[in-house]
Amino acid sequence: MEKQIILEARSICKSFYNPVKVDVLKDVSFKLSRGDYASIIGKSGSGKSTLLYILSTMDTEFSGTLLINGVDVKNKSDMELADIRNEQIGFVFQFHYLLNEFTALKNVMLPGYKLNKVSEEELEHNAFKLLKNLGIDGLAHKMAYQLSGGEKQRVAIARAMINDPLIIMCDEPTGNLDNKNSEIVFNIFKELTETYNKTLLVVTHDLDFAHKTERIIELDDGKIVDR
Amino acid sequence: MKVKHITEISGALMRARWRQTLVAAVGVMFSIGLFIALLGFMEGLNQLLDGLVLNRTPHIRLYNDILPSKIQPIDISKDFKNHHNFISSVKPTNTRKELYNVQQIINTLNKDQRVLGVAPKITTQVFYNLGNIDLNGIINGVDTEKESKLFSFSDYVVGGNAQDLKIVSNSIILGSGAADIMRAKLGDIITVTSTEGEQFNLKIVGFFQSGIAEIDKVQSFASLATTQKILGENSNYISDIQIKLKDIKQAPAMAEEYRTYFKVDAEDIQTANAQFETGSNVRSIISYAVGITLLIVSGFGIYNILNMLIYEKMDTIAILKATGFAGADVKKIFITISLSIGIAGALAGLILGFLLSLVIDAIPFNTTSLPTVTTYPIDYGIQYYIIAALFAIGTTYLAGWFPARKASMVDPVIIIRGK
Repeated sequence: MEKQIILEARSICKSFYNPVKVDVLKDVSFKLSRGDYASIIGKSGSGKSTLLYILSTMDTEFSGTLLINGVDVKNKSDMELADIRNEQIGFVFQFHYLLNEFTALKNVMLPGYKLNKVSEEELEHNAFKLLKNLGIDGLAHKMAYQLSGGEKQRVAIARAMINDPLIIMCDEPTGNLDNKNSEIVFNIFKELTETYNKTLLVVTHDLDFAHKTERIIELDDGKIVDR
Repeated sequence: MKVKHITEISGALMRARWRQTLVAAVGVMFSIGLFIALLGFMEGLNQLLDGLVLNRTPHIRLYNDILPSKIQPIDISKDFKNHHNFISSVKPTNTRKELYNVQQIINTLNKDQRVLGVAPKITTQVFYNLGNIDLNGIINGVDTEKESKLFSFSDYVVGGNAQDLKIVSNSIILGSGAADIMRAKLGDIITVTSTEGEQFNLKIVGFFQSGIAEIDKVQSFASLATTQKILGENSNYISDIQIKLKDIKQAPAMAEEYRTYFKVDAEDIQTANAQFETGSNVRSIISYAVGITLLIVSGFGIYNILNMLIYEKMDTIAILKATGFAGADVKKIFITISLSIGIAGALAGLILGFLLSLVIDAIPFNTTSLPTVTTYPIDYGIQYYIIAALFAIGTTYLAGWFPARKASMVDPVIIIRGK
């Protein structure tokens, strides 16, 4: 049986016009299915981050078609895109981007507040369970700024998971981490795809990391390089 | 998105910057407090100054004016009906100052639902005799009780008792200015000469101080009966009827009505004292302008602080948006912050305003012209509190709306990429 297609990009092009027209992405097309563990690699300036922001629906100024779980995101309103991000996409950034005003647990719960599907007790329970799975339940009630880099990244992963998204996108998740923490993060991701059947898309220039993933999409000068 | 969660996020953002938040709230508090104290004080002064004249002035006064007859014989003549005529040098006739049918007029007025009260009055010129010097004076014959009830007469009697005027026969309440000149003391007997040339001895039972020196030098008060005696008239003689209305605004219309109905001259308070209302209005406008300026300035304070907060919290906003918060949610969060500052500041400001009012109300303010006033006047009208609270919430909402809109339009890609 064909695996469910979660994310499909059809000839996505993107140009910057400041000050002259620069084509960043040229006719990028690929598909990701459920449970895929893919990485996007490429040199600096090859457009991999730009592609990720387009795929995550945060950047809407591109031409081509993007389908997330079979739904075309073109011409959706700001509100609808926010809902798609909230419900179907989990995001992990290079810089951990936790909200320093909140505890680790609250940081994980925040996207759940927006989704507002389960009661607060249940949400807290889920968040705690996620932290426990990632081995940092002891830090749940610490403020975000009191955590170390690796811990923060794991909290960010828990946050990406809280609404049970179909796909988790990561922008250089290990860029700031030492080898040991990179290893931990990689294993967590692997577990997510294998145990929870999540789709993972990781932008990285850590080639070791990328080669361990199931699939590598290499970008060069805005185009996908066939391997 | 539940309100509870919006407030939780707003609360956390405010706590992270609690000093600025506090400064903004204190700014609102001071502007609200000063607004209330300023307007209360201004209105208190207005009422005091208006009261100085308006409370003591009848809303409508009925009297016979000394005027040339409005209808000359030639106007009645049938022969000259279609002609124009010019008569020069028309002189007033010797009209009686007395009102006709006073008792009937008073009875009719008392039945009128719009009338609060009626007080008869006689005014006559006299000379106060002081050795071989004669001082000009005016004696007002009044009904003490009605005069006190309607025009706060007894408030302005300093030394002595207003009621004695009725009890003691041939008594007078002397204007304080006149009393100073005559070195008169309570219980002294003074001599007055009527315009007819007759002399009377009157016992001083009190002093009158209106706060207006010109009046105090001249005006004195006696009972109706005593004044009638000085004039040598019978007990029906009344020269003025003073009317106090339930609604002062009806005075001009009702004066016109009485003028035609009773065929007497009627003067309303608006015509007689037009400048007082203008003065009050101008003072109110100035104090409102100052008060609203205070509130707007504090609004800019909030605007500034929220703008700063948004620049500092760009990352937070970007992350919220990346994890699925829509622009509208971000906007709600920042408007909640702004409104919380506004509401907290407004509540504290209302209390501060009330306390400032109490303080002003307790400051001694003694002036010879205002015997009944011992402290600065304050009006505790609830309307100032309501206006201040509404305006505070309105300004803070607007002050929050613009930064909130800016926050809602933050593009997360630019922020995240910029790192």
